[in-house]
Amino acid sequence: MADLYGMINVPTILWIDEEGRIARPNDVAFGSNDFKEMTGIDSEAHLERLRAWVRGEGPAMTPAETRAAQTLPTAAEQEARAEFTLAWWLSQQGHTEDAEPHYVRAGELAPHDFTIRRGSMPIRGLDPMGDDFMKIVTEWSEAGNAFYRPIETPA
Amino acid sequence: MHTTLTLLHDGRADQIEVADLARPAISAEALKETLGWELKPEGLCRDFMCISVDQDELVGEDGLDLRVLADALQRPLVSDGKHAVASLGASHHDRGEALASLDAPDFTLPDLDGNLHSLSDHRGKKVLLVAYASW
Repeated sequence: MADLYGMINVPTILWIDEEGRIARPNDVAFGSNDFKEMTGIDSEAHLERLRAWVRGEGPAMTPAETRAAQTLPTAAEQEARAEFTLAWWLSQQGHTEDAEPHYVRAGELAPHDFTIRRGSMPIRGLDPMGDDFMKIVTEWSEAGNAFYRPIETPA
Repeated sequence: MHTTLTLLHDGRADQIEVADLARPAISAEALKETLGWELKPEGLCRDFMCISVDQDELVGEDGLDLRVLADALQRPLVSDGKHAVASLGASHHDRGEALASLDAPDFTLPDLDGNLHSLSDHRGKKVLLVAYASW
């Protein structure tokens, strides 16, 4: 899924219309405000827009807006996914130590891809909810990067 | 003497015979069976599409050079020689082109009971696709 849709973090949401067309590209949205204090993202704005679209009372994004809001995969991201696939396979075969450099390389190639960096933590014996995760998030944030990057919705 | 290389690609793991793990080359038959491409005088072809490729560089005495092939297809190739496994990723060009078309890529995933569901099963309905993780 992450590879097919170019997802780099969760939650990631998309709207897909009745014809199977992307009506809102990859975006960050939560189903509730349980994590609002931590993320700074209010779930209600997206939910209101979603309800209106489903009821036919509000628009999706236009194709031009959707295209402008998409971030398409790069060569480095695809190489990172190939490294992640290789590492995952090695892990599944019990070659834990030999998998590690491939996980590391995947993270170097796509440091913003937390489906790789956080998603690989459980199988590497790291804590995806605790100190190990907080360490990479802190490093990422202190370098001036946003952990969640919601798209800017047209007015 | 040949060695078996596990080639991870497109959600599959195929076993192919190669003469040299350091510079793996595959047969034309294996190319067609595993990746669906054929080498023709006009280049690498699949369905109605052909990609130009330097055939002198691609074709060696052991077969078709996998690294040259991956470059021609714009697909990343990474490997682990110790365990004779290589991973051929998807092309960023192909992935980007598919997403930019705005046609939502189809996929099939199991539910908690193992029943398979495809995105295309929901054609005619609005779909909210949510990717989440419990880690």
